[in-house]
Amino acid sequence: MTARVVEVSNLVFGYDKRDKEQTLTDINFSVNKGEWVAVIGHNGSGKSTLAKLLVGLLEMDDGSISIAGINLNDNTKWEVRRHIGLVFQNPENQFVGTTVQDDVAFGLENINMPYEEMNNRVEEALKMVDLSELRFHDPSRLSGGQKQRVALAGILALRPSVLVLDEALVMLDPGSRRELLLTLKQLNKSSDMTIISITHDMDEAAEADRILLLEAGRLVDSGKPSDVFSKHQQLEPPFSEALRRMLKRQKNTVPDTYMTEEELVNWLCKSHLKM
Amino acid sequence: MNKLILGRFFPGESILHQMDPRAKLLAGVYFILVLFVANNWQSYGLLWIFTLVVMYLSGVKFSVYIRGVRPLIWLILFTVTLQILFTSGGKIYLDVGPITVSNFGIISGIYIFCRFVMIIFISTVVTLTTKPIDLTDGINALLKPLKRLKIPVDEISLMLSISLRFIPNLLDETQKVMDAQRARGTEFGEGNLLRQMKTLVPIFLPLFASSLNRAEDMANGMETRGYQSGEKRSTFRQLAWKRKDTLCIGTMIILTFGLIVLRTGGFIH
Amino acid sequence: MQITFKDVTADYQIGPLRTPRVLDSVDFNLEPGTFTAVIGHTGSGKSSLLKAMNGLLIPVKGEVHIGGTVINRSKNKKSLKTIRKKVGMVFQFPESQLFAETVEQDICFGPLNFGVPLEEAKRIARQVIQQVGLGPDILTKSPFALSGGQKRRVAIAGILAMQPEVLVLDEPGAGLDPRGKKEILSLISKWHNNEKLTTVMVTHDMEDVAHYADNVVVMEKGQAVLHKGVRELFADIHALKSLRVDIPQARKLQLKIEQETGVKLPQVCLTIDELANCLMKAGLV
Repeated sequence: MTARVVEVSNLVFGYDKRDKEQTLTDINFSVNKGEWVAVIGHNGSGKSTLAKLLVGLLEMDDGSISIAGINLNDNTKWEVRRHIGLVFQNPENQFVGTTVQDDVAFGLENINMPYEEMNNRVEEALKMVDLSELRFHDPSRLSGGQKQRVALAGILALRPSVLVLDEALVMLDPGSRRELLLTLKQLNKSSDMTIISITHDMDEAAEADRILLLEAGRLVDSGKPSDVFSKHQQLEPPFSEALRRMLKRQKNTVPDTYMTEEELVNWLCKSHLKM
Repeated sequence: MNKLILGRFFPGESILHQMDPRAKLLAGVYFILVLFVANNWQSYGLLWIFTLVVMYLSGVKFSVYIRGVRPLIWLILFTVTLQILFTSGGKIYLDVGPITVSNFGIISGIYIFCRFVMIIFISTVVTLTTKPIDLTDGINALLKPLKRLKIPVDEISLMLSISLRFIPNLLDETQKVMDAQRARGTEFGEGNLLRQMKTLVPIFLPLFASSLNRAEDMANGMETRGYQSGEKRSTFRQLAWKRKDTLCIGTMIILTFGLIVLRTGGFIH
Repeated sequence: MQITFKDVTADYQIGPLRTPRVLDSVDFNLEPGTFTAVIGHTGSGKSSLLKAMNGLLIPVKGEVHIGGTVINRSKNKKSLKTIRKKVGMVFQFPESQLFAETVEQDICFGPLNFGVPLEEAKRIARQVIQQVGLGPDILTKSPFALSGGQKRRVAIAGILAMQPEVLVLDEPGAGLDPRGKKEILSLISKWHNNEKLTTVMVTHDMEDVAHYADNVVVMEKGQAVLHKGVRELFADIHALKSLRVDIPQARKLQLKIEQETGVKLPQVCLTIDELANCLMKAGLV
């Protein structure tokens, strides 16, 4: 049995405590160790709020969140934050250090780690994101992709078991986005890092192990990407699936099931051979 | 803003660049105090030799230091003039009511001038050869004893270093907003004072708004990375006291003895 | 309006440092009515190129011609003002330049600076706010109270209100979710066609290039290393590799399909519709 590293039950949250309007209503889900979960939904569906709740930046109105077996509350939030890290959309506004390595060390300084160990951790984290050569550079002078790597390293240095990405790739150009995604995937595979990625990028979501679909503060679906995209036709599907649907409208011979790029190309090959 | 030299860092490899910021700060502050020991041309001469050697060791061109004095020159001349006009004694050259220009006045005017310029030169040496962040670390280390008085030294120095780190961002942003408003037809530095003040609104408001956003992001980021004010923190940036630093303090002591020997009337009047 | 760069070289002065050559002998000609995408890596000089079109960066050598107006070393204030009126410039994250008390005041800021009477400016504001897909009721609101996407639209409306003949944009879709980005870009594209503008857009995203531009300038180390039609550029796979230029999704999938099936599609496909049509024309579906 795989361990559940995140468990959210009956979570309720509203920004304005005076009225009854809830940003998140009765959210229930759990995430297994080493899983990659994509959280999708429109602006205002409560995705970013969920991210903030998971790391204890906001206080829930009702329900419970447990991270790595620790029940999140005001007393445990500092302990919980050692196990769960949050990468924000805009890394630039969060740099504390004037060099890359100083910034990466910030989280370690906060837990009062001795210098020797801190030095090793910083080195290790920089290696993971492939930034070792830039350790003495000023983080605010780096390219967008590199900045986000610095932010990521700052969190990896704390060796969390869960990484939450709050639209962490949206500010990047497509090239750096792909590269960073690759790094994250390696982390997910090799170190068994659990990743919860809040995203608008459907091609990225399509490659997740599981998709959580939020609509107006409610969790409306949770399942494999192929199922979620087939069931919810209103979602903008990944490119290959969009192409399949477009072809299906024109020709009836096109299969009516969700297709990844691989599957679509294979099908085209087969249909070509048949002719 | 580009003309200001005092407070700026010039990257380099000189012996002064390699020194510990604590040593430089201590020596700098001590120099300002010890200046007041000098009271004749011999002791001022020694101070000048010391200052010039230190400036030479910094590896920064003399012209840069001269530029550093320039913005303050009127303040200096004003003080020197007052000193000349209101000191009496010795041979009197001019005497109109309370105003006298005397032998003593002129000499003490020259001393005051030297003091000012040397203070500026030495503080410029410290900032030119020390990264702002090292300076903050140095100040933090030297102010540590104040923690006993419940002064939040660590918090203040973290605040300082974060502000330092945002300065380049803020300058970039200012440039960007200015360009954007220029592209919308604003002309800066045109018209009377009131009109010029008005053109500042479209720059400052956006900067203010974005700074608030930054501050919120920063607070969230710091909190998720476990920052709690008042908690015990370790430091990644290590200051290393080296032999040259001890040497520097030693030099200051020798300088003090030199001044005591050279000054008129010994150390005690 | 025609835009011509004649051997333009420029550098920046930042404090005591002079960064060498942000533009290095740039030479090209953009025909009136074209939609040009400028691509290149971080620091390749894309943004500087845009600034040079608006007199925010003055060449140390060479000339920039915008219609009949020339920007060169011997700039004069009047020609700069003429240029800035003709060339509307949308900076990256333009919402960060909003400052006024109300959306209406902010949109009127540009026109008023160029001497448009207040009543006329207000009339234009009412018109452009609808053209960026927002209701007139937003005009009385504070720009700081809007959502991110709305702010972006208001900022762009503020540029459109100057009724420029040339539109210059620095990554207008940056930081928006895919839907918001698509809306902003189709709005710009519509405006470009209706007003017969000459448009220049810096972008990192090859989907934008494929969907909206008709020609591309590739920047590298301050030089314009390539100026070509969009379809021509994406036809030449070798050139794309050596320039380290990304390939749009449709074209990428096309290449994969061509390789796996051995069937060559009748044209270079830039969009999903083109790819679907070509697959059917080629008889693969």
